[in-house]
Amino acid sequence: MEQVWEKAYDFKKVLSKPERLAGGHRMCAGCGGTVTVRTVLRALEEGDRAVIGNATGCLEVSSFMYPYTAYEDSYIHNAFENAGATLSGVETAYNVLKKKGKIKENFKFITFGGDGGTYDIGFQSLSGAMERGHDMVYVCYDNGAYMNTGTQRSSATPQYADTTTTPAGKVSAGKVQVRKDLAAIIAEHHVPYVGQSTFTANFKDLYTKAQKAIYTPGPAFLNVMSPCPRGWGYEPSEMMNICKLAIDTCYWTMFEVIDGKWVLNYEPKNKLPIEDFLRPQRRFNHLFKKENEELISLFQAEVDKRWEELRNRCE
Amino acid sequence: MAIRERLSGNEAVAYAIKQINPDVMPAFPITPSTEIPQYVANYIANGEIDTEFIHVESEHSAMSATVGASAAGARAVTATSSCGMALMWEELYVAASNRLPIVLALVNRALSGPININADHSDSMGARDSGWIQIYAESNQEVYDNYIQAFPIAENKNVHLPVMVCQDGFITSHGVENIMLIEDDKVKAFVGEYEPEHYLLNADERIAVGPYAVSNYYMETKRGQREAMLNAREVILEVAEKFEKMTGRKYGFFEEYRMEDAEYAVVIIGSAAGTCKAAIEHIRSTTGKKVGLIKIRVFRPFPEEEIARALANVKAVAIMDRSEMFAGTSGPLGAEVRAAMYQAHAKAEVVNYFYGLGGRDITVSDFERVYENLEKMAETHTAIGMYDYIGLRQ
Repeated sequence: MEQVWEKAYDFKKVLSKPERLAGGHRMCAGCGGTVTVRTVLRALEEGDRAVIGNATGCLEVSSFMYPYTAYEDSYIHNAFENAGATLSGVETAYNVLKKKGKIKENFKFITFGGDGGTYDIGFQSLSGAMERGHDMVYVCYDNGAYMNTGTQRSSATPQYADTTTTPAGKVSAGKVQVRKDLAAIIAEHHVPYVGQSTFTANFKDLYTKAQKAIYTPGPAFLNVMSPCPRGWGYEPSEMMNICKLAIDTCYWTMFEVIDGKWVLNYEPKNKLPIEDFLRPQRRFNHLFKKENEELISLFQAEVDKRWEELRNRCE
Repeated sequence: MAIRERLSGNEAVAYAIKQINPDVMPAFPITPSTEIPQYVANYIANGEIDTEFIHVESEHSAMSATVGASAAGARAVTATSSCGMALMWEELYVAASNRLPIVLALVNRALSGPININADHSDSMGARDSGWIQIYAESNQEVYDNYIQAFPIAENKNVHLPVMVCQDGFITSHGVENIMLIEDDKVKAFVGEYEPEHYLLNADERIAVGPYAVSNYYMETKRGQREAMLNAREVILEVAEKFEKMTGRKYGFFEEYRMEDAEYAVVIIGSAAGTCKAAIEHIRSTTGKKVGLIKIRVFRPFPEEEIARALANVKAVAIMDRSEMFAGTSGPLGAEVRAAMYQAHAKAEVVNYFYGLGGRDITVSDFERVYENLEKMAETHTAIGMYDYIGLRQ
């Protein structure tokens, strides 16, 4: 049987599917989070029902402010650290009500959380949900800091980033630690599907990964780099360029882990120096001071190391 | 015919769960409530019920998944104790404000620290403001009966609030007592099928649960919860009346024991009421003194006027708290009962004691001394040993 993601990708057709996240929500112009949500929800087949979950964060407070909801599907926000557990409950309720004949329709379960709600405070809840094998998709819109509360560092924040809790100062060069590799950690849960992506020219990578995540039975995890204009410091119109530079410098990598098999989805023809990704962002301004030259080479070394590790993992 | 059995309080709750066959039970083990999910897991393993168990990785996730399942349209239950409920704290408020009719079997245990696994009411008393209905029990029979009554109370459309069914850790949870069980078909009929009005998996209606509500809407949701709590008063009594018709066992907001002519009264919650009753019988039979007891069953909603009425004619009252609130003054029951009495212009002398913290034993002779103090208080119009800890090591 042909899987939904095996059909030829028709950009125009995909983009003209009805939106499941209505316009009029309160997210910022140039926000990557909503692009992630729209692209993932577009991967639902028309007519399929879904319950959408959401950890507390920018997305939640901006898309479901009483009495308005931006979601075309049924939706539940519970709290910050428990999107995984909450959707576990919804999915389990579905299974039992279906078994008892109280529900006839098919539902899909997709939950969104920022990196705060996913890498950090909601990490345990996510791990539990993945380990238990619920048929659900957890999507992290990773903008690399706690943006809802005003750009505090997270374990997804890149090293040296200037955040409000790791400010660059006279004796500080921003965040000290390197990023946690959450997609790899979730892959080690031996779930059937893990994908890491961001937005590239025609959205095909994220769209097909979302299809695989939604339509592969069992738990799936998507980690999507979702730039934040306020936290990163770029012009809203620059978002797509920032994403392109992220993958062409190999700062952000596009891969998937299908039943334990690692697959690299994008390898730049010319791997660009990391400065190209850092320079357009305010959060890295301090790295371009003369005395911080060495930090850029350290950043480059970390990117290179991880890129090699990833290539070795992938077949 | 009702079934005569011998069960622990935990077994009694698990047996009621088996009879009710709820849709979803997420739970995480914690002493002394651990046996409840264990028994339920056994029923599931042997195909006796078709409840889906969620093996969550914490109590926070237990209540989070219970909230998710309940919002989705399932009848959802869980069980916990002490620090387990402390970890659920945030979710208790979410469950109540989302008006989800969840039933939580709480086996009361002291909160850390120091870590202690024995009975006191610090867990549920700390959660008294979370918007849950709280029903307490003296015996295993009462735990079982309260658990069955919790569903029609929680799910009543004028209530739609979560219910905490509380029992004292180890004292009733592990103590085996004679118990009268109700036949399966009668329990099923009493509890009925759960038919939610609005839920996530409703094919005919899409809903959104858990909004961000700013200052212009938040207060109305709180008023709505208050309204539901007020409605619960009537529903609790209606359900109790129906239950009495089925079983002959009578329940209300509280039990009045030998209060018809009482001059000296104790107000207490939970299993220690049994010890107090023994003291009452001993005092009455040996001295003829008119002593009585009010055992609170429903602490939320708080039956303020009813308690004040029940205490209207006594000369002195001892309010007994099994948890501290570190006000430096009263415990939670002491504060609320006294407020009720003040509002009703009650004339009785009042004293508030602490007892049984972290499972400290309280004996018949302890209660006898309490009643002796009350008698002196009525003569001297002075409280004796206000805020004392009964049975404290010197």
